[in-house]
Amino acid sequence: MKKFINAVDDLLAESLAGFAAAHSDLVRLHLDPNYLRRSQKTQDKVAVISGGGSGHEPLHGGFVGYGMLDAACPGQVFTSPTPDQMLAAAEAMEAGRGVLFIVKNYAGDVMNFQMAAELLPFPNETVLVSDDVAVENSTHTAGRRGVAGTVIVERMVGSLAETGADLAACKALGDRVNRRTASMGVALTSCTVPAVGRPTFDLGENELEMGVGIHGEPGRRREPVRPADAIVADLVAAILDDLKPARGSEVLLLVNGFGGTPLMELYLLYNSAARLLHRQGLTISRSLVGNYTTSLDMAGASLTVCLLDEELRRHWDAPVHTPALRWGR
Amino acid sequence: MKTEFILQAVQAVNHAILAHESEIESLDREIGDGDHFINIKRGSRAIAEMRDELADLPPDMVLQRIGMKLLSTVGGASGPLLASFFLALAKTVKERGTATLPDKAAAFAAGVEAVKSRGKADIGEKTLLDVLIPVSQAFTRLAAEGVEGAALLNELKRVAEAGMLSTRDMIATKGRAAFLGERAVGHIDPGAKTCQLVIQTVCDLALH
Repeated sequence: MKKFINAVDDLLAESLAGFAAAHSDLVRLHLDPNYLRRSQKTQDKVAVISGGGSGHEPLHGGFVGYGMLDAACPGQVFTSPTPDQMLAAAEAMEAGRGVLFIVKNYAGDVMNFQMAAELLPFPNETVLVSDDVAVENSTHTAGRRGVAGTVIVERMVGSLAETGADLAACKALGDRVNRRTASMGVALTSCTVPAVGRPTFDLGENELEMGVGIHGEPGRRREPVRPADAIVADLVAAILDDLKPARGSEVLLLVNGFGGTPLMELYLLYNSAARLLHRQGLTISRSLVGNYTTSLDMAGASLTVCLLDEELRRHWDAPVHTPALRWGR
Repeated sequence: MKTEFILQAVQAVNHAILAHESEIESLDREIGDGDHFINIKRGSRAIAEMRDELADLPPDMVLQRIGMKLLSTVGGASGPLLASFFLALAKTVKERGTATLPDKAAAFAAGVEAVKSRGKADIGEKTLLDVLIPVSQAFTRLAAEGVEGAALLNELKRVAEAGMLSTRDMIATKGRAAFLGERAVGHIDPGAKTCQLVIQTVCDLALH
């Protein structure tokens, strides 16, 4: 294992400290329990809080700021945060309108957020993100996993929350975006969890893993490496099979890198996917390409399609000011 | 059940877990993702270090504090499962006390029910519930029959061990081993092993 590390046990703390220092205009880091919060607290809005295992940066801390999250709770690498983190973040950011948790659908995350919700002295709701169409039942979860579509849910709900919408409306929008969003990923290499020190799974030089999860969990099948267009065709087919969009639908296309694939290749994937979506009669009215939900150093990428409508497009376009997404302000 | 006994059990369990490090770790390497022992050790040590702050509290408060500490230190799925056990145990102990054996069995059963509902799992899924459920059933039955002392404790140890061993031939349908399918067969579940070790340790302490 070759990584930038001083001591494995200090990796998370040193990375969080660097993140908070680099973005001190936007976020503040609270330690023990760990959470990242907006530097400025806004009154009279639903507090939108997410969190999950570390190793998926910029998810979730990179999306703390105006127009997205009020706070994010980072767990150990690929390990759910604990309820005391969510409780402390909620205590700090609750602003009279309740708390909305956005949670990726994994057993550990769901249970820890559930216990936090039960202990929370404020009205609260939870949106479970389950956009991964690769496997119905996988390693970590009963039901679909939550992957890169989480970014879109956080963006849309974050925008609505800024308008002063109530808790029920924010929850309803989050659920609606989740239902209209589907993702699938492919890995070219494994990732290496620093504390473990060796690759999570073995993938041959000429093999790829279709439908991989964001912790290196197995997907649909292992197969020989093929031209990108053929890989993209399979991903798009699985996604559209799930969403079943009508011809003429308007969509957002997200090409997300897992951390070890260059942007040059991600744009090639975008080119390939966009052609296929056009051929299906779909209009890509919004797009995002980059590393937004990573899996440490895994080479690979995921495609996410979100079915837009006028309301969702408006929330996507609304001003956002976070370390990892900024526009309109 | 006295606070003093709970605190002795905490120390004994902490020692037992450390003494079985390589055995538990190797089980988790085979069918888990290798972090079970690290997480359990972190929780167990954190509780052992609470000795002084717990010494003067009533048993239900001690169990409640243990649950909250596990919740904030273990993480992953194990944290909420273990915490749910102790929080439900604490609640039942507070409500009906532990004067009789059926009271104790009822408190244990409440803890096991909480794990089942938190994890949405049941017997036969290759998890710690394959130890907890049979032990709870045996405890309830034996307590009702008036079996006590060494006869009770030895039988609970035997049931825990049989439950742990039963996971060897199961296909996992919950937890990280689930994706292995047939490949998990032939391996004991590390969570069931840890659970059996804890029950054995507490029974041994009560025997002496």
